[in-house]
Amino acid sequence: MNNFAISRPRDVGAAVAAASRPSSAFIAGGTTVVDLWKLGAFPVDQLVDIDAVNLRGIEATSARLRLGALEKMNAVGEHADVKSNYPIISQALLLAASPQIRNMGTMGGNLLQRPRSLTYRNPDPKRHDGPSRFDAIFGLTPLSRAPHPSDLAVALMAMDATIRVQGVNGTPERLVKMADFYHIPDHSLKFDTLAPGDLITAIEAQVPFARRSVYVKIRDRASYQFAVVSAAVLLDLQGGIVREARIAAGGVGTIPWRFPQVEAALKGQPATQESFVVALKDMGQGAVTHTQNAFKVELLKRTTLRALLEAQPIV
Amino acid sequence: MTLLDVLRDHLKLPGTKKGCDHGTCGACTVWVDGHRVVSCLTLASRVEGKEITTIEGLAQGEKLHPVQQAFVDCDGFQCGFCTPGQIMSGAACIQEGHSHNDSEIREWMSGNICRCAAYPNILAAVKQAAKEKTAI
Repeated sequence: MNNFAISRPRDVGAAVAAASRPSSAFIAGGTTVVDLWKLGAFPVDQLVDIDAVNLRGIEATSARLRLGALEKMNAVGEHADVKSNYPIISQALLLAASPQIRNMGTMGGNLLQRPRSLTYRNPDPKRHDGPSRFDAIFGLTPLSRAPHPSDLAVALMAMDATIRVQGVNGTPERLVKMADFYHIPDHSLKFDTLAPGDLITAIEAQVPFARRSVYVKIRDRASYQFAVVSAAVLLDLQGGIVREARIAAGGVGTIPWRFPQVEAALKGQPATQESFVVALKDMGQGAVTHTQNAFKVELLKRTTLRALLEAQPIV
Repeated sequence: MTLLDVLRDHLKLPGTKKGCDHGTCGACTVWVDGHRVVSCLTLASRVEGKEITTIEGLAQGEKLHPVQQAFVDCDGFQCGFCTPGQIMSGAACIQEGHSHNDSEIREWMSGNICRCAAYPNILAAVKQAAKEKTAI
């Protein structure tokens, strides 16, 4: 394990300046950073502890969702307004990790956690996982086929959320849509669009029909595991007809994956199991599978169907 | 250095156990300002000024904490290695209000692995302690 120094800036400007120096990184909840550091897979000289920077606040009215980047997973998942107005966010958070990890992990850090694959978790860039049943089926690259592990990111992808990012040199905060926040892992395995020093300050979303939303997570065991496949669904219904649908899935992409073709197929259709099945028919289009993970295409459709059916009643 | 290593190696409080050392087993569970966390992924220097509660801090003198007593009464362990973490998590689980029924307790205790699989008795112990708390 390498040695590092820790600094504790008190405001966003100082934090960004410190983290933009070479061989520096932010530490928030620490559940990814400390884990990787012990594996020798996080060789930085300086950690910038942002715990004292004021990036908090939970606002979850029907008009707007705003989550401070340092809010903890349990605090957001159990927040009464998040539960009632944004069930998809509460469910994605409370189905993730363990209660202890959720008391540590933050909103911003959750989006930046690394896949739990040998490729991302060892100091030797030449070591990679062999094929496995957990492999992603979308967004594969020669270097990486590990699914992105975040449940929250899948829910935010479906919500078309916005990430507020503070960059270096006193530039104004940028607003980055979830669709632009990730890219398919590049040659260095990086899959986010942040530059050195960039700090996530908050997550925002505006979805007037978010009360009718659900996150369904399928795992090999009942709790405390990453998704084999998950589905995040929001439905805007009027008179039993789908006015708008938002669909994203986890466990299937190297980054959270959205399905515009399924959303388009659902639009204007009756909210019935029969029409859902028809709309989901081609959901696996473009999937690249091997013998061990080919089941994910069918599981993806069935998981999404369950989410669509569960999303109908307003609680 | 992690909080876990400081507790065990420097403060000579070996009640908190090191299992996986990567945040997946829950054996090292402690409370930081009343919230349960895994001490193996907590950097000690980042909890300066905060109140840390370990298994050594639960009993009042000779009187066991209700969750400790419930683990004894219900035989909530076999080898005992995961037990300090189970008890710290169980007490927090009750305190948080996540002990209304069996499935809720199982879900909110899922961060603590028991390789002896004493789960039925761990569940019984948390239930018993939760019931006592409601009775008070």
